[in-house]
Amino acid sequence: MQRSEVADAPVVRLRNAAARVGGRAIWSGVDLTVRPAEFVAVLGPNGAGKSTLLKTILGLHPAADGVVEVLGEPAGQRNARVGYLPQRRAFDASVRVRGVDIVRLGWDGDRWGMPLPGFLRRARDRAAADRVAEVIALVGAEGYAHRPIGQCSGGEQQRLLIAQALVRRPELLVLDEPLDSLDVTNQASVSALIQRVCRSENVAVLLVAHDVNPIFPYLDKVIYLAHGGAVTGTPEQVITAETLTALYDTPIDVLRDRAGRLVVVGQPDSHAGHTP
Amino acid sequence: MSTGLSWNLVEDLRQLLSFHFMLNAMRAGTIVAVVSGAAGYFMVLRRQAFAGHTLAVVGFPGAAAAAWLGVNAGFGYFGACLVAALIIAVLPGGGRAAGTSPAAAGEESAAIGTLQGFALACGFLFVSLYHGFLSGLTSLLFGSITGITDDQVLVLLVAGVLILAALAVIGRPLLFASVDAEVARARGVPVRLLSAAYLVLLGVAVAGTSQVTGSLLVFALLVAPAATASRLTARPGRGLLLSVGIALLVTWLGEGIAFFSPYQIGFWVTTLAFAAFVLASGYRALADRRGTPGRRHAPAGAAG
Repeated sequence: MQRSEVADAPVVRLRNAAARVGGRAIWSGVDLTVRPAEFVAVLGPNGAGKSTLLKTILGLHPAADGVVEVLGEPAGQRNARVGYLPQRRAFDASVRVRGVDIVRLGWDGDRWGMPLPGFLRRARDRAAADRVAEVIALVGAEGYAHRPIGQCSGGEQQRLLIAQALVRRPELLVLDEPLDSLDVTNQASVSALIQRVCRSENVAVLLVAHDVNPIFPYLDKVIYLAHGGAVTGTPEQVITAETLTALYDTPIDVLRDRAGRLVVVGQPDSHAGHTP
Repeated sequence: MSTGLSWNLVEDLRQLLSFHFMLNAMRAGTIVAVVSGAAGYFMVLRRQAFAGHTLAVVGFPGAAAAAWLGVNAGFGYFGACLVAALIIAVLPGGGRAAGTSPAAAGEESAAIGTLQGFALACGFLFVSLYHGFLSGLTSLLFGSITGITDDQVLVLLVAGVLILAALAVIGRPLLFASVDAEVARARGVPVRLLSAAYLVLLGVAVAGTSQVTGSLLVFALLVAPAATASRLTARPGRGLLLSVGIALLVTWLGEGIAFFSPYQIGFWVTTLAFAAFVLASGYRALADRRGTPGRRHAPAGAAG
């Protein structure tokens, strides 16, 4: 009993958490529990505080109130066990550092010392090189990992960055809009990759998404931020007209198009929420 | 120079090193080439060339003021460059082009550009207050092969060893913070502190290099070898070594040619560095067109 309780201990635990940015309350009263190997999406309109939620969990942004725990410790204490992919524009073409070096920095980039050329490295670096090769194979980036990352496509860069986040065998992967800059085909394949990694590496995933559709079939749980609050549950429970109408306090429709894609209609822009 | 080139290269080298001032020029050149090759590699990677240029320009009034006050010019270079490095470090964005919004970067580069003009004007004023000769002005701006003393070589050596030791300690996290600042910060790398520390190292490197190449031609050794190296390899470790190697080669060749020719050392070092850069850029363009992105090999354990 004891063992299974430990194995099932939450990776992320928020109780009545609140966040402020520049003195303005972004959200409050947020409860969330993420368990090992769960795939959780953070949804909501622009300005609802999705990235702020991730930064709070990483300890980069202090919570204004409540409890925020990661792997049983206050947020930020266990970041060595967390892989993070910030929201970003891509590396531009002039960045002449190989993808494999970017992944390697995820392994030991925070250690003091000097990056040495391969022929000067010691034998103990083989373990690191092997792990780097392993995650590159896991994300399917063998074909372009030795190219300068600036010359890789958006989808290729995203796969390499996921490999970087995974290289130290984290227990939690925090991804801020990893699908946003990708075309539809790459959105589908990167979503499938994240799901596969989540199961095979036994890592919990917390992913901010603008559009829930590419990841919808893989999700265990959804946290929907809006109107200063949040609802949590399975995607089928949360992304419904009733739940979202209650959250926004204004009539919301959830429609399905012919391809089965979900569309949320009637959500007020968060910034304009206070105007009549 | 009074000596002529015999085309017997061994004999020429022996003749060149028989002059004590040439020996000192070679020693000093070797030190600043290694230091600026290494420090410059990170500068190019971090896109801080503009900040580096500002440090170089600020060194000129520092050295001119030192000459005017009758102090060793070396103190002027080091003092002015260190102060400027600390000022740039506390500016928002730390003098980096990347990572800041375009508007903020533009605002900042306008402020730094204004400062550069002012620094040059101050330097000119100090030179005229000193009633200096025109040759003093040119060697402050464009370098001189003859004037390096034993003491200066010793100071350069100490500064060089300190910079290389510091880079050897902070190299890897600095690389991480340079290419991937946000992830590095989440991993606990002190990004802001590293940025300030690097600017101080760069300031010391620029001050040392200026004493050989002059304030305006520092860039021949600081940017060109690193930019050349990054066009030839995308591996950080190799790029760093290659940058140092190219800096050494252009310095030795440039000093040798300057000895046997009537023209300034700065001209030769700059021309050789520029030639290396043009050749490497041409090679890169050709290699990219042929679709051969460097050497490739499948990583071990790759499936399929």
